[in-house]
Amino acid sequence: MLEAEALRKNYGSVIAVDGVSLRANAGEIVGLLGPNGAGKTTTVSIIAGLTRADSGAVLINGKPLRGDTDPAKRSIGLVPQDIALYDELTALANLEFFGALYELSGRTLRGAIAEALELVELTSRAKDKVKTFSGGMKRRLNLAAALLHDPQILLLDEPTVGVDPQSRNAIFDNLETLKKRGKALVYTTHYMEEAERLCDRLIIIDHGKVIADDTLQGLFRRLPVTNLLAIELQQPQAGPWLDQLRTLNEVRSAEMFEGVLKVGMHGLSEGAPKILQWLTDHGRLYEHVASERADLEAVFLTLTGRSLRDS
Amino acid sequence: MTTSFRALIRKDLQMFFSDRRAMLMSFVAPIVIASFFGYIFGGQGSQTAVSRIPILIIDRDGSAVSRQIAAGLAAERTLAVKPSSLDAARTAVRNGKATIAILIPQGFGDGSERALFGAPGKPEIGTLYDPSHATELAMVQGMLAGAVMEAVGRQVAARVRLALPYSVRQEAITSGQDVAYNGYAHSFGGMGVQFILFMGIDAGLSILLQRQRGLWSRLRAAPLSRGALLGSRAVSAGLIAMLILLVLFGFARLVFGVRIEGSIAGFWGVCAAFSLMTATFGLLIAALGKTPEATRGLAIFATLVMVMLGGSWVPTFVFPQWLQRLTVAVPTRWAMDGLDAMTWRGLGFTASVTPIAVLLLFSAVFGIIAVMRFRWEADA
Repeated sequence: MLEAEALRKNYGSVIAVDGVSLRANAGEIVGLLGPNGAGKTTTVSIIAGLTRADSGAVLINGKPLRGDTDPAKRSIGLVPQDIALYDELTALANLEFFGALYELSGRTLRGAIAEALELVELTSRAKDKVKTFSGGMKRRLNLAAALLHDPQILLLDEPTVGVDPQSRNAIFDNLETLKKRGKALVYTTHYMEEAERLCDRLIIIDHGKVIADDTLQGLFRRLPVTNLLAIELQQPQAGPWLDQLRTLNEVRSAEMFEGVLKVGMHGLSEGAPKILQWLTDHGRLYEHVASERADLEAVFLTLTGRSLRDS
Repeated sequence: MTTSFRALIRKDLQMFFSDRRAMLMSFVAPIVIASFFGYIFGGQGSQTAVSRIPILIIDRDGSAVSRQIAAGLAAERTLAVKPSSLDAARTAVRNGKATIAILIPQGFGDGSERALFGAPGKPEIGTLYDPSHATELAMVQGMLAGAVMEAVGRQVAARVRLALPYSVRQEAITSGQDVAYNGYAHSFGGMGVQFILFMGIDAGLSILLQRQRGLWSRLRAAPLSRGALLGSRAVSAGLIAMLILLVLFGFARLVFGVRIEGSIAGFWGVCAAFSLMTATFGLLIAALGKTPEATRGLAIFATLVMVMLGGSWVPTFVFPQWLQRLTVAVPTRWAMDGLDAMTWRGLGFTASVTPIAVLLLFSAVFGIIAVMRFRWEADA
């Protein structure tokens, strides 16, 4: 449905996008994950026709996107990172305007507005000015404005920034509904939790380059450890015993971190009992044990050597 | 016209009418200020009270001639004449209570009659004046000369049957006979020009604001041509400008009796050309500006300079010659000339052709520069 091939964009000496390729199919949510400044928004801007790429191509249903007035742009709906609405106008007036930009009018436009408002649950607020809306409601209306012309492809550029958890969940529900309707969604975010929850496939971008393109499970398989055992010891001093622990077959890593022993492993059910028994046998008594699943943060750390949050 | 183009224009109009500040600035403010300026600069001909220049006369002569001089000056409708002593007059001028004091010395009556026939030893009239009112001094000196000649002439004429060899008839050249000059016509035109240009600034800044708020991304994502995006903004700004002129001149007509004494077609032609010029001026601001905050101050300064040089505040004929020549390079000068010609000067359509042509030329130049310099890409 959507293909981007070897997109490249420079701003002076700064390479914003460096050979990014991606595809998104019908009924699929593709996450574009990376730290701020990684090139996600520029990539989306090129796909949406807002920014001209220095090289590369964007294909919609196999045909390249050309020019400002290319009818193929009707296949794309953009949800910008900013709340791109006119605060002084009502929700209805905003939607009428954005629908008319795609030549919708009359009954068709009214039907599209009603459907979009119903999806984002703002029908009752249609005649209120946008400036009276909460941040979450504005975000939902921001989404609705991109749906009026029934695009096949939806580009969502960090659509939940600054949104409360309740509204965020409402937006996630909306996106899952759209996915079920067969839309292809490209979702940029730097929130790993969102990407994990929503996306069927994840493209990790750093410094303008794609460094991974895989399903969540596929990305986890690249990790040296998929589970982390956090053990609070009664005597949390490091020593030669830590090196002995690392020699166990089940152990992939073992570090003392702020008084807590963190042991990395793959199979939790086989490894955890053996490790705990080993600690007891060696006089390392513990007070509390917790397990943590590896996340996309760990994936990013493994792939780049840097933390996603600190990038 | 496509649905999207109409929607872009309608949205701009909705935004304008939903903004109370814009409404206040575009309609109420120019009406208030134009009413004030119109009153100050002549109002509705004879209906307006004249501001009189305070004059003090120190008459040390006390002759028939000096009394007639004082009476002659007092008869002038632009002067407020009072008798005074020299010390009191000096204090009053220094304090700004009087603009000019005239000292008629002892023996002036006799001396002036002799001097009229070439006798040596002309008597001297002294004037004390406030240096911040030098313009009024020249005017009062002219009136004083007239009053002296008339008073001395009368004295002489009584004996040898002389009379002043001329009389003066005054006629204000307006749109027609018995049509009084209406100062509100110029002031409403001037304030209309100024506040429409302010609206043009807002139109330009709205594009920058759209860019800042991400709306530009949404507009550019739609299958719209660049011509539609900028053209719609120009059309909506032009329509608002026309509406402002309609409201202002409608108010001036109803309240102050301002009439389009010249060509109606010429008047609307000038209005339309100036509205288009304003619209392209707004696009130019959007093209050259980076952020609304950084652009607003500079745009207002440029506008005020244009308005000042264009004669919106005071007519350009009070400017020095070199400055008057310079103002032909300012579009507002042509808008004012065109509006003056079609309103109180009462000239025909041909007098509007040059202002319309020049305003259209400015529109074309501004529009071309705007399109060439416009940043089409959304900020990534």
